[in-house]
Amino acid sequence: MIKIDKSKQLANNIRKHAVTMTSLGGSSHIGSILSISDILAVLYGSILKYKSSNPKWMERDRFILSKGHAGAGVYAALAESGFMSVEKLRTHYQDGSDLSGHVSHKGIPGVEFSTGSLGHGLPVATGMALAAKINKNEHRIFVLMSDGECDEGSNWEAILFAAHHKLNNLVVIVDRNMLQSIHSTEDTLALEPFADKWKAFGWNVVEINGHSHSEIFNVCSNQNKPLEKPLCVIANTIKGKNVSFMENNVLWHYRSPQGDEYDAAISELEKNDA
Amino acid sequence: MRDAFLNALTSLAESDKDVVLLTGDLGYGVFEEFESRFPGQYFNVGVAEQNMTGVATGLSLEGKKVVTYSIGNFPTLRCLEQIRNDACYHDANITIVASGGGFSYGSLGMSHHATEDLAILRSLPNISIVAPCTVKEAGEAISAMIKCGGVGYLRLDKTAAEDDIYKQSFTIGKSRRYKEGNDITLIAIGGILDEVNIASIELKRHGIDARVIGLHTLKPIDKDEIIDAACNTGGIVTIEEHNKDGGLGSAISEVCMDHGTLPRKFLRIGLDNIYSSIVGSQQYLRSRYEMDSKAIITKVRGLF
Repeated sequence: MIKIDKSKQLANNIRKHAVTMTSLGGSSHIGSILSISDILAVLYGSILKYKSSNPKWMERDRFILSKGHAGAGVYAALAESGFMSVEKLRTHYQDGSDLSGHVSHKGIPGVEFSTGSLGHGLPVATGMALAAKINKNEHRIFVLMSDGECDEGSNWEAILFAAHHKLNNLVVIVDRNMLQSIHSTEDTLALEPFADKWKAFGWNVVEINGHSHSEIFNVCSNQNKPLEKPLCVIANTIKGKNVSFMENNVLWHYRSPQGDEYDAAISELEKNDA
Repeated sequence: MRDAFLNALTSLAESDKDVVLLTGDLGYGVFEEFESRFPGQYFNVGVAEQNMTGVATGLSLEGKKVVTYSIGNFPTLRCLEQIRNDACYHDANITIVASGGGFSYGSLGMSHHATEDLAILRSLPNISIVAPCTVKEAGEAISAMIKCGGVGYLRLDKTAAEDDIYKQSFTIGKSRRYKEGNDITLIAIGGILDEVNIASIELKRHGIDARVIGLHTLKPIDKDEIIDAACNTGGIVTIEEHNKDGGLGSAISEVCMDHGTLPRKFLRIGLDNIYSSIVGSQQYLRSRYEMDSKAIITKVRGLF
């Protein structure tokens, strides 16, 4: 079972780390990280099987962040989960650091796969899921991707493949915050009816509130086995969630919080601390 | 070459259950036996090369030794970023196999002419690039590449030269000398070595005793053999069924320049920065673009 208070505190810690990291490094994408912080907290706090002391433990669940630009969120989750020191987070995006703006596995225990160019995570996760089926392993493979990323055709190749091979050990969570790089997803390249598209491709599709820890936990706890279908969780989210002036504002796909903006963001988040 | 590749791969799959073959929906009449003999080791992923390369990476990161197969430019250029970011950056164990190097599919048109693949892939770190010159080499190459691990590109040609008479063992990165000679060194990659062998016989009649090297591995390149040719023969001529920019000739000139050893004569034979809208057999196109034995003879004689 999930302990909601603990999970929410983890999400808030991830948010505070990410705001500080993007401020110190002067990096972008804080809105995209705040959007997925609750999902990361539930995954790392209550769903994923892993051993931080043995990152390559064979029975671990695999997690790939396909929207690699939100890598600071994963680094923060890993630090909070014991894979690296919290202090190391302060080097993010800076000269000589291995904590790159887009998530990279080199030198970072716990990062399963490096991304940054969109449309790469799902095909690789699909290969991992196929390998687990061939090897009769029980672990699951989770992919967190963005909605805008679904413009990439490579994803739809993988979506076909995963359904064809009945990869019910594969869970995709789509961060459906409705905003992409410049405009909304619907004004850019309409995705709706989004759930129907996944269903038509043969997936089990569940829509949830992507900030509700209990909803995230419940859907990800579903083993999905009886359906013999891969699972797509469309997580409805708010870009910039929990920092009022960043919410639903595409500016914060790019802008780094500095000075008063940084102080205001941290102050808002600290009010959510237990 | 394709049959030799498949025979060798079949032997590997027999002894190692982790060997997995993915095809991008090509190989009709070729892979049926492999598929029936090795369930769980063969998947037709459909016409989807980006996903094929991503899936290959995922399989590889879980311990599989993966071969991706298609023709022409499909398993390489179509999914170049997957090769770079997914396979190479993650030290995957994947051998990318393209059947139909150069003008092998000459009559099918420009889309099927693989004439920039070597240059483009050569620029990637963490990949080996092999284009066998003989049928036997194709089998030796796939065995060596899978055993060696890492990411590799295996370019299979429809034509092939005669096997090496010296029975030299196959090593990735070590070229084979097919004929001794000191007046000039002819270095070829892939099946077009056949044209070079024919040309070298005729050149001897004209008093030019050429050393002939089949350089099956473009990366890592056999620097010692290149420097030896530059130092101890009258010059170097490179022959490739490929664009001149960035290919074999470029790679060899880089080796010479980096070493500070300039061949006394130097000539690159290959495509002159064109896409061919003209179609025809491989032999026809080699002749048309002046890289067949006749053209090689004329161009080499012109150096003397």
